[in-house]
Amino acid sequence: MFYREAGQFKASYAADQQIFPIRQDRIAYYTLLAVAFAAVPMVANEYWMATILIPFLVMSIASLGLNILTGYAGQLSLGTGGFMATGAFAAYKLSTWDIGATFGLAEPMHLHMVFVFLGAGVITAAVGVLFGMPSLRIKGFYLAVATLAAQFFLLWLFNKVPWFTNYSTSGVISAPPRELFPGVVITGPMAHPVTKYLFLLSLVVLLALGAKNIMRCHLGRAWMAIRDMDIAAEIIGIRPMRTKLAAFALSSFYCGIAGAAWAFLYTGSVEPLAFSIEVSFKVLFMIIIGGLGSIMGSFLGAAFITLLPVLLTNGPRLLGLNIPVDIISHLEFMIFGALIIFFLIVEPHGLARLWQIAKEKLRLWPFPY
Amino acid sequence: MSAPPLSSTASAAAPSGKRPIGDVILSVQNISLRFGGVRALTNISFDVRQHEVLAIIGPNGAGKSSMLNVINGFYHPQEGKVFHKGKERLKMKPHDAARAGIARTFQNIALFKGMSALDNIMTGRNTMMKSSLLDQMLYWGRAQKEEIAHREFCERIIDFLEIEAIRKTPVGRLPYGLQKRVELGRALAAQPEILLLDEPMAGMNVEEKEDMCRFILDVNDEFGTTMVLIEHDMGVVMDISDRVVVLDYGRKLADGTPHEVRSNPDVIAAYLGGH
Repeated sequence: MFYREAGQFKASYAADQQIFPIRQDRIAYYTLLAVAFAAVPMVANEYWMATILIPFLVMSIASLGLNILTGYAGQLSLGTGGFMATGAFAAYKLSTWDIGATFGLAEPMHLHMVFVFLGAGVITAAVGVLFGMPSLRIKGFYLAVATLAAQFFLLWLFNKVPWFTNYSTSGVISAPPRELFPGVVITGPMAHPVTKYLFLLSLVVLLALGAKNIMRCHLGRAWMAIRDMDIAAEIIGIRPMRTKLAAFALSSFYCGIAGAAWAFLYTGSVEPLAFSIEVSFKVLFMIIIGGLGSIMGSFLGAAFITLLPVLLTNGPRLLGLNIPVDIISHLEFMIFGALIIFFLIVEPHGLARLWQIAKEKLRLWPFPY
Repeated sequence: MSAPPLSSTASAAAPSGKRPIGDVILSVQNISLRFGGVRALTNISFDVRQHEVLAIIGPNGAGKSSMLNVINGFYHPQEGKVFHKGKERLKMKPHDAARAGIARTFQNIALFKGMSALDNIMTGRNTMMKSSLLDQMLYWGRAQKEEIAHREFCERIIDFLEIEAIRKTPVGRLPYGLQKRVELGRALAAQPEILLLDEPMAGMNVEEKEDMCRFILDVNDEFGTTMVLIEHDMGVVMDISDRVVVLDYGRKLADGTPHEVRSNPDVIAAYLGGH
């Protein structure tokens, strides 16, 4: 009843091309941002912040990254975990790099955290381009198998070459304590979850906005063209090599930042095994369940996969049911698997599509058509 | 943005009328193309002149589509040369041909199914868009200005092809005739000098064919686009083309005006199976 676009006329192409052309959507979006930035830090406790919201945001970045590559550009990849590991280790090397010593200054100096994250993204983008090369020759499942090489090689590299862990005996890297502004610690054991959450949230908002913007510009269209029909794309003048490698670069940039955020803002210390093939599959499930080729879907998928297990674990207790822990953990797996199958049968295009259908229905409600 | 004059009222098109046929713009000489033992094309030569509508006809398997694929760089013939604007064209990729002003449509619709009609047409202008990755991520200044300038041009094509109502519809949901029209729009968006149309009217009913003929002639009149088209409907071919090239089993049988071709004994033999 209230979700109507009647009377909202577009007088310019700029107005027609905005991200949320319907006013109610815009209001909803700004409300959501306000809630996420202002209300959530006040309401949520530390447990919620550190174990639920932060991993959800980190995985959102990763699924945004994979959605760029698989959902928009149509290049199937199973190397997400490897690229996240690259991001984490690049961030570790960058943050522990003593610039002062390198350039002969008297005092030790370190890169600012913002540059560490950006640098980790850029390094991962370069690695992504390298492993994206096979995509020029092979497609589909064969490409997925080729990206597995990235997954295994990168993890092996970080495991075997002690330089990446600064010669730590355990092979574990720990985020060094760093400040975002003087007095505001965002990494290391002293960092407060709320600070981390706000920093991560800003990162997520910027990255999501960037991805959305690209998808309405020529690069985004070139990716979708390659995805939908690569031969036709080439015949209207899109260079396949450049376009595919750009997708690998940007996707890996996002995955790299996600990996860095995982190590620095979520767990605090990490070993290569944390980015195993399981992570790659998890992110792939997120975008399949959330919706391929949808920014919204990346978030919905990440929410589904990271939040649902928490709900399933805590749900029975909140309802006052007293079920033994071992049974709960078994039930969790079963319900989770059943739900994935259920959603894929009901809507193979993911939660984002369900959301879209709901909105279309809402526009007409309460009339049938 | 240097958009060519495009009358805003499509229905009142063809103000300039047919442009006189000019010099040779594209010339294929002694082209032979083989796939293993199969000879798709044998020693074929013909010229395409500026502003003309050239039809390539022939029975199924005559090598018509292969010929178009050679022209836009999709196939590389084993023998023969292609001259584009007087210069010999060396081995090139299809996207280079597109950048050199050769656009095409396909026999089986090759639209980007997940995108809207508008986005499909906008993709046709991708080669002209220059904003950087960062510009696009921020969607400020340059990227937005560029998007809007190209959007204006695409809207004129949409207007011209009379598909305003479906501009935001995903093309996968459109009926066949409209998809063909969107595909033409995508090719036109690139402002090509030469437009290759592979069976633009296949599977259409009479009205849709009439519409398509009108669009082809209007494009030819208004933009002076040179057209090379493959078509099976002889009525259409004889009506709209300036010149006809006839292929049969990969060989050229005839080349001339529709009238000349119609009375050519070889052509009659190939089509009617006589002696």
